[in-house]
This record gives sequence, structure tokens and C-alpha cells, in this order.
Amino acid sequence: MTTNPPANSKRRKLLAAAAASTTAAAVAPGLRLIEWATAAASNATDAQPVTDETRWGLLIDTDKCAVDCDACVRACNAEHGLAVTARPETDPQWIRKVTLTGDGDGDNSGDNSDDDGDNENAGRITSLPLLCQHCEHPPCVDVCPTGASFRRADGIVLVDKHTCIGCRYCVIACPYQARAFVHENLFAQKPWSPRGKGTVEGCTLCVHRIDQARTPACVEACNRGDGDGNNAGDGDDNNGDGNNTVAEGNTRIDGDSDHTGRNPDNCGAGALLFGDMNDPQSAIAGRLRAAPARQLRADLNLNTGVRYQNL
Amino acid sequence: MRFHPLKPARRSYRLALAGLATLAALGAVAAHRMDVAGHHITGMNNSVVWGAPHVFALALILAASGALNAASMASVFGAPAYRPLARLSALLAAALLTGGLLILLLDLGRPDRLIIALTHYNFTSVFAWNLILYAGFIGLAAAYLHALFTPPAARRLRITAALALIWRIVLTTGSGAIFGVLVARPGYHAAILLPLFIAMALALGGAAFALTAAALSRWHGDIDAAARAHQARLLAWFIAAQLALTAALHLVNLYDPARADFARFVLLSGGLYTVMFWAQALLGGALPLALLARRGRHLRAAAALVIGGGLAHLSVIIIGGQALPMPIFPGRRVAGALGEVAPYTPSLPEFLLGLGGAATALLLLLGALRILPALPPPGEDGGAGAGGGAGAGAGR
Repeated sequence: MTTNPPANSKRRKLLAAAAASTTAAAVAPGLRLIEWATAAASNATDAQPVTDETRWGLLIDTDKCAVDCDACVRACNAEHGLAVTARPETDPQWIRKVTLTGDGDGDNSGDNSDDDGDNENAGRITSLPLLCQHCEHPPCVDVCPTGASFRRADGIVLVDKHTCIGCRYCVIACPYQARAFVHENLFAQKPWSPRGKGTVEGCTLCVHRIDQARTPACVEACNRGDGDGNNAGDGDDNNGDGNNTVAEGNTRIDGDSDHTGRNPDNCGAGALLFGDMNDPQSAIAGRLRAAPARQLRADLNLNTGVRYQNL
Repeated sequence: MRFHPLKPARRSYRLALAGLATLAALGAVAAHRMDVAGHHITGMNNSVVWGAPHVFALALILAASGALNAASMASVFGAPAYRPLARLSALLAAALLTGGLLILLLDLGRPDRLIIALTHYNFTSVFAWNLILYAGFIGLAAAYLHALFTPPAARRLRITAALALIWRIVLTTGSGAIFGVLVARPGYHAAILLPLFIAMALALGGAAFALTAAALSRWHGDIDAAARAHQARLLAWFIAAQLALTAALHLVNLYDPARADFARFVLLSGGLYTVMFWAQALLGGALPLALLARRGRHLRAAAALVIGGGLAHLSVIIIGGQALPMPIFPGRRVAGALGEVAPYTPSLPEFLLGLGGAATALLLLLGALRILPALPPPGEDGGAGAGGGAGAGAGR
């Protein structure tokens, strides 16, 4: 009986090589993904877990917000890949421009608990952006059956697209009509802002940008504009010098309210100020101290993260 | 008493079966289309996110709770006329709830994530509580049926029936709470919605039971003659309670600045919503009350009116509550869509999904009745006359 060790050895080597190649082919993409993820995390200015020491907020000066300007809406749509179709009722609107006229007859519709109670606004036209108010006590989070709606420690209210079942209870519960349901198939999604047909979504306050020490797209657009020709950069270059000061450097806090004759693509006039409301040194905290600001539906005691001045 | 399964003898039975199967199949097709194309093929939108499917689903869920009236009368309150009907009552209740839940499931944006709904509970959510209440209701109905059908388990009949009675009242309270706890909307945020939903459930379920018994009597022989007068009296009380609570809701709303707009919208200026409100109040409330004054003679006509009225009333509550603009800026007129009554026109797929769910519920019932001996022997007294009826186990 003869054996053929060289042949066996060759076969073994061949099998070993095949196994090694297969393993490499299977594992390499995973390693590559881990590498990308690690790189992405290390690129973020703040790779630490968020804490409640920060409370991100948005202050909107309605005196600086022009009726015919929708720079913030367009910036939001572009940033998150929100397509506008011929069906406005089902189009997602994470931020919308609203025009108000003071009701001179004092006939308040609905809850009037935070109304001025006088006619000083009679006939006055006010324009403002309406978006998720990032409440401290968000009704959408309370009602979500699966916990997909949640509030981050730093105050940003988000939807976990993996556990949202699309029941839309949160859409009904939101006092600001700030949530949208994805009614149709999605195309050309932005990798930093994943969406899902059949799930609910709303303003994320551009959390992907905040985590990279950048300002929300709407704030950037509003402050990039030539509304008064005195704006302070686009914010993309600002890597921030601290967790809580990423926004103020990009955002003008003064300016006039005369917005006539602007380029409609560049109409923002610095109406939006973003920052950490918990940081007494921040511009937003200073502005909130300096002049009264309103919460929408203040009667509900939701302690919103979005505040309005001159409303 | 010997109970019998349903025999498919009559042509009308086979026609009804074919009709229900067709509706169920069309409902499945509609659900598939909504899943593939997305909800934009429905009339629902970002202002009215709950529409016709939810009206059908809630009507079925409420009716499921009320359909158990006969079982409660038989096994908790010991009414002999209802004893032959207890099995049918529990089967109908379980079938209606299943149909309602099926609609809710298939209307989800992601119905494939049912397992997530069952495994991820947010206990601050009334919706999540309701999922537990629904599961418990099915479980209690099954336990009650087990006690009815299995003589050794009959000693647990009364306690199971009592638990089911309490559970269904809690369940309907929970259904009302889905809307009552929503602080954002003046059409919803009202504690009185909770008892109103209980009254609606009792009326809708009583009506659904009466109509089901009528259809089965046609195929099987009269099964509820002995209980009909009492059913009529009960239904009249439930309708009266519903009308009184509805009147109280809107009367209080009219005096509440935060909700007066909603009351005026429903009562006066809401267009189709106003028409539906008064139609349900008059044709689905006052008229059946007048019909029922004649002691059960017109129970079936009254029951049909109550179901029609219930669907209209739920449409006013659920859809009307979303259609009215939100009071985000009191004292200001809001330009554009946000300041106007939200548009909503239900589409064919929505109706098909809703009707398909109802048809599936009835198919499930007929299937169960074909297999299980749940129908009493036919007769003028429905078999209740002889020795308290319902036999050893079923009667108590």
C-alpha cells in the first residue's frame, strides 16, 4: 500500500489558502466598516455621550423673519433630501413658514391662555418658522407605543426609524403639527439623514451637524443671507472651541428688520439663533435674559427648546 | 341543552359567505397596495393621519367589548334568557376584536414590524396599554369559552365572566383615553370621552350582537327570541347614555374658551362633520330610541341605525378632531393650510381595508360557528325556557 503525502499536503495547502481567502473576503468588509465608523466617530468634535448639562435651543426673532423668505425651509429640504411633490398635504415639512395676522376682534381661536389679552397685535403681520419645538416634556414621546420617539439628554427630540411602526399617534399628539409621516417611496436619501417610508419623522435639529460642532442647516441659511448685509459666515468652517459654543459664532444677534429687495435665494436675515440654553455664557442664554421670549402653547408647560421673540 | 354548530344549509348563507370572502380579499389587496405604494394612495395626509380605517377599526374594537353584553348578562348577572347566547356572545366579541386589530395592523406604516410593537413597550403610552388590554381581552374571551365548552372548567365560568366584564370596561376606557389624553387637540382632550366610549361600546356591541343573532336566526332558526325584549331595553339605555354624554361634552365645550371652537365646528359650521354629527344624533340616536320604545319589535332596525350612527359619530370624533386647525397661535389668523380645516377625502383602499376587516371578523365568527357547537336549539324562547337552558356548563 502506497501513500502520496506530497499530493495530500498540496491539497491541504490549497484548502488552507481557500479558507483564508474566504475568511478574508468575509471579514474584510466588516473590518472596513468598523474602520469607517471609528474614523467617523473620531472626526466628530464631541465623541462623548451627550449629557443633560447641555440644552440645545433655538431662538427665533420674528421681527427679522420676512414673509417672503423661506431660506430655512429650502435649506432643511436640501440638507435632509426632503422632496417636494405635487401633493403638499402628504409632503414632509420638517420646518414650515407661517404667516400670522393679528386678530383685531379679540376672537381668539382655541386656547388663549398665553394670549396677550388685548388688541395690540390687531392687523400686525408676523412671519415665523414653525418646527419641532424639542420639548422637555414632549407629548410625542409620551404617546409612542414602542418608544421610537425619544428625547436625547441634550434636549433633541428624535425618532428611531428602526422601531417606529408608523402608527402616527405622535403626529396627532404633537401640539405644533411638526411631525410628518412618510407617505411614499423615498429616493436619493442623504446618508447622514436616513428616512423610511411608513415611518414618522420631524426636525432633528440637524443632530448630525450638532454632533460635529456645526449649526443646523436652517440656522446657517438664515444667517448666510443678505437680509441686512451683515452676517457672520456659514458655520461650516467652524469646528467649535467647546461643546456649547458651536453655534453662537455663526449667528448674528443684531440686525434690522427691513428685508425688502433681497435675493430670494439668500434672503435670511439672522432671525435664528442656535445654542446651549444651559450655558449662561452663550449668546442664546444672553438673549433670553435680555428680552422676553415666548413658548408656543405655553399653557401646556412643555418647556420647549424653541423660543420666539417679538411674537 | 344541546348546542349545535352552524349548518350551511341556506343559499343566503353561502351568498353571505362568498360576499364576506370577497370583501376580505379586497381588503387584503388594499392593504398590500397601501404597503407597496405608501399611504399617499389613501386620503390620509399629514394633518388627518387617522382616517376611515381607524373609524372602522375602533368601531369593531368597541363593538367587541359590547358584544360581550350577553355573556355578562348570562354568567355574571344570571339572566336565564341570555344563557343560550353566551357562547355566541364570546365568539362574536373575539372575532370583532380580531377584525379591528387586523385593520389597525395593516394600516400601520410598517405592518411588518408587528414583532416590535409586541416587544417594545413604552409604558407611558396609552396605545401600548391598549395593546395589553386587547391581548388580555382575547385571552379572557378564550378562557370564558373554555369554561363554557368544557364541563370540568365550568366552575370558573362566573369568575372568568366577571373578569371579562371588568376588563372590557377598562378596555373601552382605554380606547377613549387614546384620544382623551391628547392635550394638543381641543377635539380630543376631554375626560368625558372615556365614559362616552364605554356607552358607545355597549350600544355598538349590543347592536352588532342583535344583528348577528338576526342573521343566524335566519339560517339556524330563532335563537334570541327570549332575550330580544331585554336586549332592546338595554340598547335603549346605552343609546340614551351615549346621547347624554355627547350632549354634556359639547355643552361644556361651548363654555370653555379653549374648546368652544371645536363645539361650534361640530354643531354648526363643520360642513360634512356637522351633518354627520346631527345625523348620528337623530338617525343613530333619537330614532332608534323611539323604535325601541316598542319593546324589541324593531330591535334589528334600531341596531342597524345604531351601527350607522356609531360609524358617523366616530368619524366626527376621530377625523373631525384632527381636521380642525390647531390652536397654536391664539388671537392670530394663520394664513395657509395650517389655519384652515384640513382636507380629507377617504379613498377606496381605505374603505376596502375597513370593510375587509369587518368581513374578516364575520368570517372568523362563521368559521368558529361551523366548527364549535355554539348555537342553541332554535325555538321561540331560544331554548332558555327549559330549566334555565344552556345546559350544565354553559348556563351559569
